[in-house]
Amino acid sequence: MEKANQIKKSEVIKPPVTHVGVIGWMRANLFNGWFNSLLTIITLYFLWISVPPLIRWAFIDSLWISTGAECLQNDGACWSIIPANIRFITFGFYPYDQQWRPLVAMALLIGLLFYSRNRDHWKKSLAYAWILGLFVMGLLMKGGLFGLIPVETAQWGGLPLTLLLSVFGLTAAYPLGIVLALGRRSKMPAVKTLSIMYIELIRGVPLISLLFMSSVVFPLFLPQGVTINNIIRAQVAIILFTAAYIAEVVRGGLQAIPRGQYEAADSIGLSYYLTMRLVILPQALKIVIPPSVQQLISAFKDTSLVVIIALFDVLRTTQTVLSDPKWMGFSAEAYIFVALIYFLCCFFMSNYSRRLERELETGL
Amino acid sequence: MVTQKSEKTESSKANDAIIEIVEMHKWYGDFHVLQDINLTVNKQERIVICGPSGSGKSTLIRCINRLEEHQRGKIVVDGIELTNDLKNIEKIRAEVGMVFQHFNLFPHLTIVDNLALGPIWVRKVPKKEAEETAMYYLEKVHIAEQAKKFPGQLSGGQQQRVAIARSLCMSPKVMLFDEPTSALDPEMIKEVLDVMIDLAGEGMTMIVVSHEMGFAKSVAHRVLFMDYGQIVESNTPEEFFENPQHDRTKLFLSQILH
Repeated sequence: MEKANQIKKSEVIKPPVTHVGVIGWMRANLFNGWFNSLLTIITLYFLWISVPPLIRWAFIDSLWISTGAECLQNDGACWSIIPANIRFITFGFYPYDQQWRPLVAMALLIGLLFYSRNRDHWKKSLAYAWILGLFVMGLLMKGGLFGLIPVETAQWGGLPLTLLLSVFGLTAAYPLGIVLALGRRSKMPAVKTLSIMYIELIRGVPLISLLFMSSVVFPLFLPQGVTINNIIRAQVAIILFTAAYIAEVVRGGLQAIPRGQYEAADSIGLSYYLTMRLVILPQALKIVIPPSVQQLISAFKDTSLVVIIALFDVLRTTQTVLSDPKWMGFSAEAYIFVALIYFLCCFFMSNYSRRLERELETGL
Repeated sequence: MVTQKSEKTESSKANDAIIEIVEMHKWYGDFHVLQDINLTVNKQERIVICGPSGSGKSTLIRCINRLEEHQRGKIVVDGIELTNDLKNIEKIRAEVGMVFQHFNLFPHLTIVDNLALGPIWVRKVPKKEAEETAMYYLEKVHIAEQAKKFPGQLSGGQQQRVAIARSLCMSPKVMLFDEPTSALDPEMIKEVLDVMIDLAGEGMTMIVVSHEMGFAKSVAHRVLFMDYGQIVESNTPEEFFENPQHDRTKLFLSQILH
């Protein structure tokens, strides 16, 4: 027996060199037939003529700390526009000497978000931490207590505003979307009709028009003297809009749950609420993680539309910097920077969703 | 076998009805699935229902815990009449265990969590106690070592035994089995039937929709034959198999007994 094994070992046949390693990979993926070879060569050519100049512009000839005038003398990228204006881009018109307050609030928010990433931390204490955190953030932003100078919401802007609109927009829209999805599948005709009407109405309207309505039309219906804060109105519009889309995503997940699951839950005497909470939604929401995150990412980016109702989110503050004569002409650099901020946030969301999917995998 | 026989006669004497179905009808749209069903099930009685597919046998037992609604007649379970009253329905469902053809375990929960779910949320038992009960019943169906796994990691026979244990955790007064072995590979049928026979030995009231005639012969007090939505014949297993009264029963038996 041993002998036989030995013989086998010495006779192990290796695959031809042309099928393994770097050469094998290139043959299989880049030069597999004349057409693919041609495509590879054309692609390489375009990379050759585009990448080196880009690297030269962005990294070699670029200026990182300088004035706008110096930049004009230079061929490369003018990244100096970012450090020179970082405080305005980040905080907008928030009073200059008070800008540590939104900074601390953002740090708190990001810290809480990061801590909440781990599902082992999802306990009651975390809920209290969030409530306390939200209170502290509100206090820091608005002031007026404990010797903090009050800051009008009209002066809020930049990254804190973007985060505020998106984090609260998304966290409020998701539960609302779930309720709407359940409503749409409800056996009660009134609930069902209302949910369908809501979803179809909101979905049939662009977010821009909802934002306009919230800032122009909605105040007409308020009694005289009553005003509702501009940010809150935008926030509500974003929540209502996103919820309609989330509802349809969640409904897709609900439909994927076999009837047997409902029957099993019924047969042990669970009420409708408990059936949904313990049996159906955990499964349905897991199924819809990819499309949900897709929806959340898209909603996050849509918050930049609030510029049209004169809110200064991070995109708008960047544009404002570009209208400064000292820095005119360096829009590419500024937009790349803002794009990077958006990308980082979206990347974390999609990264986290993949992690959740892995964690929730149970083999069925 | 002998002990089972003596126990059979004993329990059929105890004349305590736990389920009473009187002149019950059900329609799916225009289709009359259940016609004039009259059935009384006593405590500790074991009934096997057989019949061709589409005869309404599954629908009948699903009416008992109101997974299906009946349109005429009366169903009384454990002294409570089934109406549209949700609270009553939930109460009855908690007392009536059900085992499905396709197991219907909750795939997102571990085995032990599948079992503890009902006791914790419906019976309001403390979590620790519910888990202990769960482990007790898992021992009973010989599957305790799988407690931490997910349903998707178990074989069909194992899943069905877990499903039985899940029902037992609610300490039901009646157990309904809806073709519990018909989705299983042949070698797994026995392990499930063994668990059901154990259960019968402990005096559980059982209504079993099944074509396992061996099981019916050895365990049932009564065998019902259904066809076209009616109970055609109802008899002791001995009489039912050796001396069927109706032609339809004879035809059915000749088709499934080789």
